Amino acid sequence: MPAKSRTYGWRRFKNSTMFMLSVASVLLAIAPLFLITFYTLSRGIGAINLDFFTQMPKPVGESGGGMANAIAGTGILIGLGCLFGLPVGISSGIYLAEYGDNPFGRTVRFLTDVLSGAPSIVVGVVAYVIVVLPMKHFSALAGGVALGILMIPTITRTTEEMIRLVPQSFREASLALGIPVWKTTLRIVLPTALKGITTGILLSIARAAGETAPLLFTALGNRFWSTSIMQPIASLTVFIYDYAKAPFEDWNRQAWAASFILITLIVALSALFRFVTRSRTS
Amino acid sequence: MTPAEHIKIEAKEVNTFFGKNHVLKDVSLSIPEHRVTAIIGPSGCGKSTFLRSINRMHEIAGGTMEGSITLDHIDIFDIDPVTLRRRVGMVFQKPNPFPTMSIFENVCIGLKLNGIGNRKTYGEVVEQSLRRAALWDEVKDSLSKSGMSLSGGQQQRLCIARALAVDPEVLLMDEPASALDPIATSKIEELIYELKQQYTIVIVTHNMQQAARISDTTAFFYLGELIEFDETKAMFTTPKRKQTEDYITGRFG
Repeated sequence: MPAKSRTYGWRRFKNSTMFMLSVASVLLAIAPLFLITFYTLSRGIGAINLDFFTQMPKPVGESGGGMANAIAGTGILIGLGCLFGLPVGISSGIYLAEYGDNPFGRTVRFLTDVLSGAPSIVVGVVAYVIVVLPMKHFSALAGGVALGILMIPTITRTTEEMIRLVPQSFREASLALGIPVWKTTLRIVLPTALKGITTGILLSIARAAGETAPLLFTALGNRFWSTSIMQPIASLTVFIYDYAKAPFEDWNRQAWAASFILITLIVALSALFRFVTRSRTS
Repeated sequence: MTPAEHIKIEAKEVNTFFGKNHVLKDVSLSIPEHRVTAIIGPSGCGKSTFLRSINRMHEIAGGTMEGSITLDHIDIFDIDPVTLRRRVGMVFQKPNPFPTMSIFENVCIGLKLNGIGNRKTYGEVVEQSLRRAALWDEVKDSLSKSGMSLSGGQQQRLCIARALAVDPEVLLMDEPASALDPIATSKIEELIYELKQQYTIVIVTHNMQQAARISDTTAFFYLGELIEFDETKAMFTTPKRKQTEDYITGRFG
């Protein structure tokens, strides 16, 4: 059957070509991540040592010093962001999933999508107006509020999706046992959806960890060690911004190093949520 | 079987609607206590809807009901739905043990979330319920394993144990064995025979032979109407209505 083998050969060729194009696309897509990682590592490696993680920034002119306060600051800011963002996000998600098929719910969903596209610097300005101005000074609290606002849309949408995915049969089984609706939602549906919701939370944490603009008008930055939420606080991103701008080569190297650390942190968070989702398939 | 039994559940002129859809039409039925009542009929005839009306689960899917259903002569709409559903338990077609909980937690969840009992009493209740559901011997050494680690038949018996743990008076079963293999099915049928001594059982089944095997009374539904309701033996040997006879002999279905 010569005709058939001709078309078969042509189909195999098309198949291999498409396959190679897909592989090439994948490589192209992940190349930037590797490039950034290698570049920041190679530029910043000189500054990465134990001191970097444990010491405070040194005054201008002195070499060395570290970004311990920035690491702690980012941690505290993310913690505050979760404190404000998680309750609002999760309860909105629950509302939208269980009770949201009405005009109000549709409006909320639309506004959530709008909020997710809001420029982070604008959110920073909003936090400035509602926290910094009344308090009359910058603070970690304001930064936390800004990050919380940025985290809400992702958490809301993920929570809603994950709760919708919980099969109706579990709700029915629970109600048939005489368990009231709200308890069914909180104690049966929510735990079942928890793994998926966690990935939404980790995603939003990864985003919040990388924000710079909103922190500029809220948490401001701090060259000294501070864990007080009422005072300005350092953060990895603002640290990078300050040190990269500076005319000192030593500082620039530290900025590269901090960039590398930040990327590693985000990759680690993403790996963590991959791990959390993987155990769902057991 | 003694003829003058206590009537546990009485339905009078029940009409159920889902929006404009008139699903049940003027259904009147008396379900005797401590007996197994089977509800048979072709697909879409309203058997599951009727079953779910008894514990007001039809409301969850947006259904509304006219007419009355009484439990021990009290209208079910005069009873708080949460209390009603504790007295009238339900087992579903597809076994649905809660996935995030162990076998032990699954069984006592109905009590736990209603604040009844405490950790000490749960152990007893779990054992008793699992024994009543004929599952204790198979799982007694692995109570902390996930409910999903059991086979289909075992999961269904776990769901039965879960329903029994809240100490209902009535057990509604919506095609409980249709998702199971024949051996698991016969285990469930044996179980139902044992359970009727303590509970009133209403079982929806599309399997006529199953209805003939296990039930004391049978109701035949067709297109939302109750066509015939009689003692099982009588219905299957001398059906009074032609439609019943046609369905039972397989002329349609």
